[in-house]
Amino acid sequence: MILNILITVLLLAILGLILGIFLGFVSEKFKVHIDEKELKIRECLPGNNCGGCGYPGCDGLAKAISLGEAEVDACPVGGESVAKKIALVLGVEKQLANRKVAFVHCLGGCDKTKKVYNYFGLRDCLSISTIPNKGEKGCTYACMGYGSCVKVCKFDAIHIIEGKAFVDKEKCTGCSACVRICPMNVIKLVDYNKKHIVACSSKNKGVVTNKVCTVGCIACKMCEKTCKVDGISVNDYLATMNEKCIDCGDCALKCPRKTIT
Amino acid sequence: MNLLMIAISSSLISNVVLSRFLGICPFIGVSNKKKTATGMGLAVVFVIFLSNLLTFTINYFFLEETGLFNKDLRYLQTIVFILVIASLVQFVEMFLKKFIKSLYDALGVYLPLITTNCAVLGVALTVAQESYSLIEGVVYSLGTSIGFLISIVLLASIREKIEENDIPESFKGKPIVLVIAGLMSIAFFGFSGLNIG
Repeated sequence: MILNILITVLLLAILGLILGIFLGFVSEKFKVHIDEKELKIRECLPGNNCGGCGYPGCDGLAKAISLGEAEVDACPVGGESVAKKIALVLGVEKQLANRKVAFVHCLGGCDKTKKVYNYFGLRDCLSISTIPNKGEKGCTYACMGYGSCVKVCKFDAIHIIEGKAFVDKEKCTGCSACVRICPMNVIKLVDYNKKHIVACSSKNKGVVTNKVCTVGCIACKMCEKTCKVDGISVNDYLATMNEKCIDCGDCALKCPRKTIT
Repeated sequence: MNLLMIAISSSLISNVVLSRFLGICPFIGVSNKKKTATGMGLAVVFVIFLSNLLTFTINYFFLEETGLFNKDLRYLQTIVFILVIASLVQFVEMFLKKFIKSLYDALGVYLPLITTNCAVLGVALTVAQESYSLIEGVVYSLGTSIGFLISIVLLASIREKIEENDIPESFKGKPIVLVIAGLMSIAFFGFSGLNIG
């Protein structure tokens, strides 16, 4: 009995010792040299691994930045503050781009857009976009409101309210996950500071839009006539703002449908 | 013929997860997506294969009565195997990180996860207790781990399918996964009717 215990203790102690020394030796021998800059950059990044930058996770971006393949402000999530920190690590000055946030270019909630049939099935925009009329809403360009974007958002910044997606501007980090997933392409990135946006994506003729939605753009060209700087024009039955827009809000006041927010 | 029987029985008839209930933790935990499930499954194949070779050698040369100490030390199997497998996985991880970066990136996260997985230990112990030969042990370990790979990929596929379904509130998340696993287990019992050789 005593012998058994002795053998056990001795054998395990020796085995443990051998393995410990072996592993210690190996870890010293196989040490992988990691760039210190890369580690520091990685610490600055948010660490959500959302892939908004186009690299495989934050580790990938840190590597790309340290190698000079990506700009210091390549992380759309971290925005200015992170870019500044990284610039500090690298010791470079960098002019920063404007903060961008996602915006749902559709106002057609349950009460505003007519339903043409009742849908019972998979509650997922990607599947619904393949069926006739692209969902139950009369408008074939409308936000379907089944929340594929909500599922991909890692920042809890987008929610379905009354059958339509809304982006929480403050929480949105502009990672574009929702922009990529939306089968209707109603979500696009806009400048954080821009106040007036055409919140409609319908390229249907005005008559058709008028029938199914109370807030859709009917291409009346009122905004085009109002605008003093030629900053908005109606193409394909849809008002679109261009870079000349000075965000004055005149068109929003004149818009008979209140499509411009 | 015997080898074929071992392979089929270890992978399908007595599937490591679905009928022996070993390695449930990664089975439930890492089966959200087919991609991660495949990664986990392959890591398990890799680790079980390597650890089995090592534990077989240790068992044969040290713990069996015919071994180096001329003493029956088989009661030490469990603890020695745990120690050896854990160190092996550590070593393999460091080795891959240094020399095969792409494989490390693919398996990296999952390797430490399965260090002390009971499926890994279960294989090592079964091989020792059934006193399989080296070849039989290799076939058994590969069969078992491929059985694990099959079942985790199947579960992940089903989970991806039901993700968009309207699941009752109380079943959302893990409960429905356990129900699925149970049904799969019942389905796999169908294999026990197989009559080989």
